[in-house]
Amino acid sequence: MASLILDDIVIHQGQQRLLSLDTAVAPGEVLTVMGPSGVGKSTLLAFIAGFLSPAFQAQGRVLLEETRIDTLPAEQRHVGLLFQDPLLFPHLDVAGNLAFGMVREGTRRQRRARIHDALSSVGLEAFAGRDPATLSGGQKARVALLRVLLSQPRAILLDEPFSKLDAARRDEIRHWVFARVRDHRLPTLMVTHDEADARAAGGRILRLTERGTVMGLTDQEERA
Amino acid sequence: MTSAVAYRLVVGVLPWLTIALLSVPVVAGVLGALAPAFGWLPALGGERLTLAPWRQLFEVPGIVDMARLSLVTGLVSAALSLGLVVLFLGSFLHTALYRRIQRWLSPLLAVPHAAAAIGLAFLLAPSGWVARGISPWLSGWAYPPDYAFPGDAWGLSLILGLVVKEVPFLLLMSLAALVQCQAGERLRVARSLGYRPLTAFLKGVMPGLYPLLRLPLYAVIAFATSTVDVAMILGPTTPSTLAVSVVGWLNDPTLSMRFMASAGAMLQLLLTLAALSIWWALERLVARASRGWCRDGRRQCGDRWLAGMAWLAMRTVLGLMMAALAGLALWSVAGYWPFPAFLPWPPTAHNWLNAADDLVAPVWQSLGVALAATLVSVVLVLGALEAETQRRRPMRPWAQLILYLPLLVPSVAFLFGLVMMQAQMGVRPGLGAVIIGHAVFVLPYVFLSLAESYRRLDPRWSQQASSLGAGPWRVFWRVRLPLLLTPVLTAAAVGFAVSIGQYLPTLLLGAGRVVTVTTEAVSLASGGDRRLTAIYALLQLLLPALGFMLAMLVPRYVFRRRRGLLPGAD
Repeated sequence: MASLILDDIVIHQGQQRLLSLDTAVAPGEVLTVMGPSGVGKSTLLAFIAGFLSPAFQAQGRVLLEETRIDTLPAEQRHVGLLFQDPLLFPHLDVAGNLAFGMVREGTRRQRRARIHDALSSVGLEAFAGRDPATLSGGQKARVALLRVLLSQPRAILLDEPFSKLDAARRDEIRHWVFARVRDHRLPTLMVTHDEADARAAGGRILRLTERGTVMGLTDQEERA
Repeated sequence: MTSAVAYRLVVGVLPWLTIALLSVPVVAGVLGALAPAFGWLPALGGERLTLAPWRQLFEVPGIVDMARLSLVTGLVSAALSLGLVVLFLGSFLHTALYRRIQRWLSPLLAVPHAAAAIGLAFLLAPSGWVARGISPWLSGWAYPPDYAFPGDAWGLSLILGLVVKEVPFLLLMSLAALVQCQAGERLRVARSLGYRPLTAFLKGVMPGLYPLLRLPLYAVIAFATSTVDVAMILGPTTPSTLAVSVVGWLNDPTLSMRFMASAGAMLQLLLTLAALSIWWALERLVARASRGWCRDGRRQCGDRWLAGMAWLAMRTVLGLMMAALAGLALWSVAGYWPFPAFLPWPPTAHNWLNAADDLVAPVWQSLGVALAATLVSVVLVLGALEAETQRRRPMRPWAQLILYLPLLVPSVAFLFGLVMMQAQMGVRPGLGAVIIGHAVFVLPYVFLSLAESYRRLDPRWSQQASSLGAGPWRVFWRVRLPLLLTPVLTAAAVGFAVSIGQYLPTLLLGAGRVVTVTTEAVSLASGGDRRLTAIYALLQLLLPALGFMLAMLVPRYVFRRRRGLLPGAD
C-alpha cells in the first residue's frame, strides 16, 4: 500500500487563510486531526476527497505515493470516506449497499460470495437482505465500513465517525475500525473532537488552531 | 471518462433548454401579437403599419367597462386571497387545523380552474344546491329565484371563483417561504416578548415573508386579470372581461377582426402591467405605513376577532370548494331533479353511459398531451436542478424571474401572438404545438414543487457514492433519483394536473383540432346541459387525482421494505 502524502496544502476562504498542512500518512497509520469547530477540519477532508466547495481555494498536492489525485474527479481517487452517519442508502438492502461500492470484477456469483464473506467476517451474514433502517447503530457502522473496504480504497478518511454511536458500543467499534484499517494497511486520516478517539487511534495527533496553523505534533512516543 | 463528459454536456445544456422553453414562446408570442396590433401581418394582407386596429378597438362598445372589470376583479381577488392567507397563517400556524389543511393543499391545487368554476356556478346558480338547501323552508322559493349569479355585472362571482383557487396556491407557496424566512424562530422571539400570535406574525414574520411571496402573488394578479376559462364560466357577459372578448374576436370568422384582436391582446398586456404597477404602489404605501406600526410596541391588534374572521373565511372557502365538487358528482348522476329537491332521486348511471363513447377521445387526448408535457418538463427541471447542485450555487434572481415569466405575462397575450406567428409561418397547429404550449405552463409548477426537496437532499449521499467509485451518471440514477423518487413523482403529478387543466393553449395552439376534457367542459358550460358538463368537469378532477394517487402509491410499493424511505420515517 502507498502513503497518503499531503504536500504543502494551504486552504483559503476568500482572503482568509484557513489552514496549512504538510505531512504524509504511512500505510496502516492513523493520523488524527483535532481542533475546535470552524477551523476547517472537514474542509480538509472535503479537499482530499474531491468535494471542496467553490467558496474555498486550495493549493498544494495530494498524492498516493507517486500518483497525484487532487486533480482527479472524486470517483477516481479511491479515497474511502466514512461520515458521522453511516449513510447506508435507504433504497438498497444491506447486500445492495455493499455491492454498490464493490469493484466490478469477477462474475456475479463471485461478487455475491465476497459480500457474504465480508458480512460473515462481522457476524452479519444473516443480514444481507435486510432493510438498513432495521439495523442497530453498531451494525450500521460495521456495514458502512465494510462498504468502504469492499470498494478497495487506497486511503481512508474518517469524519468524526464515532460521535453518533452510543457510549457503550463506541469503544468496541472504534477498536474494530482501527484494527481493520491496519490489517488493510491503509493510510488513514481521522478528524475528531473526541480525545478518546485520538487516544484509541494511537498515532500522531495534529491540532489545528483558530489561526489555521498546526500547533502541536504529538507523537505516541512523545506521550509515552 | 466519456460518460462523465456526456454527463457534463447534458447537465450543461438542459438549464439553457429550460430557459429557452420558458422565455422564447413568451417573448416571441408577445412580439407576434405586437406586429398585427399595428397592422402588420402579411399573411392576412396587412403590409403597412397603421393605428387602425387600435381605433377599431376603442370603438368597441363597452371596451372601458371590459378593461375596468378585468382590472378590478383581478386586484380585488388577489387582495382578498392574500389577506385571508395572511390572517389564517398568523392565527393558526403550528396548530392542528393548519396541519390538517396543509395536507389538502396539493389536491386542492390540482383541481383545474374550470372544474372549480363550473362546480361553483352550479352551486350558487338560482337553481343550485345552495338555493335548494334553503328552499322552500327558509326562502319560500317554490321556483328558482330570479337573480343573476353567477355572472353578476359586478364580477362578484368571478372574484369568488378566483379567491377559491388562489388561496390554496398562496398557502402552498407560503409553506416553503415560511421555512426560508425562519418564521418559527421569528414567532418564538416575538411571542416570548409578549406579542399575541397574530400580531407576532404580522409584525415579526410578514416583513420577511412578503418578499418571498411577491412573485407568486404577481403571478396570481396576472392570472386573475387575464383568465379566460374562469371568466367565461363565472364572469359577466355584457360586457365580459377583456380577455374573454379578445378570445371571442380571435375566433371571429371575419379575418380582419384579427388585427383588432391583436390590439386587444396588447391592451390586455398593458392592463395586467397596470394592475401589477398599482399593486406595487400599494405595496410601497403599506410598507411605509406599517414601518411605525411594527415598532410601536403594541402587543395585540384585535387578534381574537381577526382570527375568528380568518377561521370563518377559510372554512367558507374550503367548504365552497368541497360543496362545489360534491355538487358536480350529484349532477352527473341526476335524472329528473326538480327545483326545491335537495338530492336527485333516484340516482342514475344514464348520463355516464350515454356520454361514454364521446368521452374516450378527449380523455386520450388529455392524457397524451399531459403525459408528454409533464415528461418534457420533468426532464428539463431535473437537468436544471442537477446543474444547480453541481455548481453548488443558488439560483440567480433573473433565473427566478424567467421561471415566473409564463405566469406573469398574460397567456392570452402571448399565446395569441404565437397563433399569429403560426399563421404567418405556415406552421400547422396541432398536437405538437399544444404539447409545447402546455409544457411552458407545466414547467414552472414542476420546478417550484421539486426544487425545495432537491436542494435539501444531503450532499453527503452523493459524496459517499462517488467516494465509493460511482461516476456522475451512476450517482444520479442509483442514488439521487431513488432518494428523490417521492418528490419527483409528486412534482410530476402536479405538472400533470396543471396540463389537464389548461384551456387556452389547447384551444388556441390546437386550433380546435385537439379536444381535451377541459376544452369540452368549458364549451359545454356555456350551454344548458348541466349533467354532461358535470361529467366533463369531474373527469378534469379524476385524471389529476389518478396522477396524485400513483405518485403516492408507487413509492410506497417500490420501497415497501425500506423503512427509511416510507412517509413518516425519521
